[in-house]
Amino acid sequence: MTGETVLRLKGLTKKFGPVVAVDDVSLSLCKGEVLALLGENGAGKTTLMNMLFGHYLPDAGTVDVAGDNGELRPLQLGHPQAALAAGIGMVHQHFTLAENINALDNIVLGSEPLLALKRDRVHARNKINAIIERSGLQAPLNVPVGRLSVGERQRVEILKALYRDARILVLDEPTAVLTPQEADTLFDNIKAMTREGLSVIFISHKLREVLAFSDRIAVLRHGRMVGELPTSAADEKAIARMMVGADTPETARTEVVPGSPVLSLNSVSVAGRSKRDTLQNVTFEVRAHEIFGIAGISGNGQTALANLISGLAEATAGSIHIDTSEITKPSAEVMVRAGVGRIPEDRHREGIVGAMSVAENMVIERLDDAEVQTRGLLRRDAIRRNAVELAAEYDVRGPGVTAHARLLSGGNIQKLILARVFDRAPRLILANQPTRGLDMGAAAEVGRRLLEARERGAGVVLISEDLDEILGLADRIMVIRDGNLVAAETRDRERIGLMMAGEPA
Amino acid sequence: MIRIEPRTGTSRVFSFVIPILSAIVALALAAVPLWFAGANVIAAYGEMVTGVFGSVFSTSEMLTRATPLIFTGLAAALAFRAKLWNIGAEGQLYLGAMAAVAIGSGAFDVPGIILLPLIIVLGAAAGAAGMAVPTYLKTRFGADEVVTTLLLNFVILIFLQMMLEGPLQDPMGLGWPQSSPILDQGMLPPLMDRMRVHSGLIIALVAAGIAQFMLARSVWGFKLRAVGENAAAARHAGIRVNRSLFGVAIISGGLAGLAGVSEVAGLKGYLTADLSPGFGFTGIVVAMLAGLSPVGVVVAALFIASVFVGADSMSRAMGVSSFIADLIVSMSLLCVLVGGFVARYRIVRADAGKAPV
Repeated sequence: MTGETVLRLKGLTKKFGPVVAVDDVSLSLCKGEVLALLGENGAGKTTLMNMLFGHYLPDAGTVDVAGDNGELRPLQLGHPQAALAAGIGMVHQHFTLAENINALDNIVLGSEPLLALKRDRVHARNKINAIIERSGLQAPLNVPVGRLSVGERQRVEILKALYRDARILVLDEPTAVLTPQEADTLFDNIKAMTREGLSVIFISHKLREVLAFSDRIAVLRHGRMVGELPTSAADEKAIARMMVGADTPETARTEVVPGSPVLSLNSVSVAGRSKRDTLQNVTFEVRAHEIFGIAGISGNGQTALANLISGLAEATAGSIHIDTSEITKPSAEVMVRAGVGRIPEDRHREGIVGAMSVAENMVIERLDDAEVQTRGLLRRDAIRRNAVELAAEYDVRGPGVTAHARLLSGGNIQKLILARVFDRAPRLILANQPTRGLDMGAAAEVGRRLLEARERGAGVVLISEDLDEILGLADRIMVIRDGNLVAAETRDRERIGLMMAGEPA
Repeated sequence: MIRIEPRTGTSRVFSFVIPILSAIVALALAAVPLWFAGANVIAAYGEMVTGVFGSVFSTSEMLTRATPLIFTGLAAALAFRAKLWNIGAEGQLYLGAMAAVAIGSGAFDVPGIILLPLIIVLGAAAGAAGMAVPTYLKTRFGADEVVTTLLLNFVILIFLQMMLEGPLQDPMGLGWPQSSPILDQGMLPPLMDRMRVHSGLIIALVAAGIAQFMLARSVWGFKLRAVGENAAAARHAGIRVNRSLFGVAIISGGLAGLAGVSEVAGLKGYLTADLSPGFGFTGIVVAMLAGLSPVGVVVAALFIASVFVGADSMSRAMGVSSFIADLIVSMSLLCVLVGGFVARYRIVRADAGKAPV
């Protein structure tokens, strides 16, 4: 890791309108080094990397990249082609692969001359195989990418960058979609590649993997570089403090004895069109005073389970009880009336109506209430008062309760939804990926509210891809895999990780 | 290189400025074809203004022309607010008109005092039925209502011709494809002596007022807005999306049907297959120009009616084709669409050559 400098960013600044996304950031990277770029959502990590890769043109600053002879030369900014030619490869959080063609073609795509009459596939295949051998990034080359697993697709993305002779690889949240085991393998591969001289920047907000796999850590906050230190000198608490700028409050949990069941599913199946909305013969109970955690990699039936509890999907077999009454004709309306509070997975798509006011979004689930309407007419003053109170109580910040909900930040949208859900003191709460995309402060707030509801006597179903979140909050854990639920008799993250990957623990 | 970025703060002022600016730009652009036609452009615009506001009669003509446009504009605006694309107001207008002459021409023995209310109710019901069918097909089978409502226009028009040469044909009409006239008790009373403007205008204005109030103040309007802006979130919140869509379909079709009632029972007295010069389609322009606001519909309908009436009078005086009116109306729609885009996005010149190197 002590090699010569291969990349130097100097004074990079990017403004979007009045917002300064990246503010005078300087950073350098050595040959063979793994640099972790940390920061909360909106800290400017992705913007910074997009400037490096030429997607954005910086308002100020320069980038120097080492050439073949190791000499630093200025990079022409605003041109992805120039970045590629300089040996910079980027793997985005959302993959950019064509699903209908195979991995080989995806890797070669874009690096061939457009008008060539014949394609030299043998040469391409040999080159890719050599890269696979050196790096250990295994992926089937002849299968359409649409049929590959998420982990395999990510390896194809990395191979694509390496095929273009990348000497600097940027990975944007590479482990967000991987099981703990897959993530470990990925980092082993990365280590193997850095020994061959590859330099890596990876963006993450998972402190655990950052501490385990990086050589150096750089922390961004509100677009500024607030700290840079060797990983050997870092610990989790110190980095968290750097990211947030303050200590994050510990979530305190008290011992409560679970009460009677508030939700019981008995041999419930849901027939869906794809794996993600299929459930097979699922049985479980959630009791009062209990957080029931469902771990699993996304796309394994969480959507079906969430839709079922939200009232958006109907069971094809089995029975569902809320408290002691059976839900025979499920609908969102029925579930709301039965006292189910739902925090949807996609808060922008299902949680709010962006073009309606914050106040209106806060009452959208209880339009029948006498507080909200009299004889079909909205009580606008009462609705506004209610919103002002809730916004204060749940710390929803934004341009005011009469402004459109879409003007709120992601964290404040989630607080709006929390306010709407928790204000009705629900008996049962469904929290589906409740902290995805939230910064640490907002995520801690979600956890605190869930624990508070548990103490009050609510049952909580917590669906999350973030195993650490489940381990931190849940009283009882089940793992979802291919539409099946299996009880995790353990709290060992390794063994739960194996179960998530489909291996018997 | 040019890039398009969404605007961060969209000001509410835009929603007033853009339609007005679009109307002005459309009028200004009309100078080009006028100039090509060899007309004195200034004089031509002068003729347009006096053609609308030069006399009480000309203004009353403009109001007469605006009446069906308010109805069809409201029909489009309300449906579009729920993202229900009713392109079939033209057909629903004729359904309303057919119901009106079927009841009103004396074929049924109805006491005079309730004849007019009955015509209004059944005309609206006929239009509502015309929109309920495609909405059922949409909610039940996922049939795209843009296609079904658009094509139903032609089906209804052919049905109308069949009726006008069959059951509805006026026996005293010397074989012309026209209906028997509506009885005097069934006619909407005129508003002014010796003018054509009739009480359909009052109904249209009241309908716009009610629509505006219900949209902003009622639970019904709340649900409709939620369904239109984000159906997935509305469904998740427990709003019955299909029921809301049906509700607005009935209202939208009913308003289009009232446009037909008002034309036939307020103006013409009998029904022919050329009752509407495309009021149903122009209603879409009215709604878009109005930013889908019911009160805005009234203003936009007055503007477009002025363009039509003014252009008619200008073409008589200057000897240019009255198609100039259609041109102005179409251009104002294009300007509103471009203006809406400009309001939501801004165009940024990202000059790669000037990048700091």
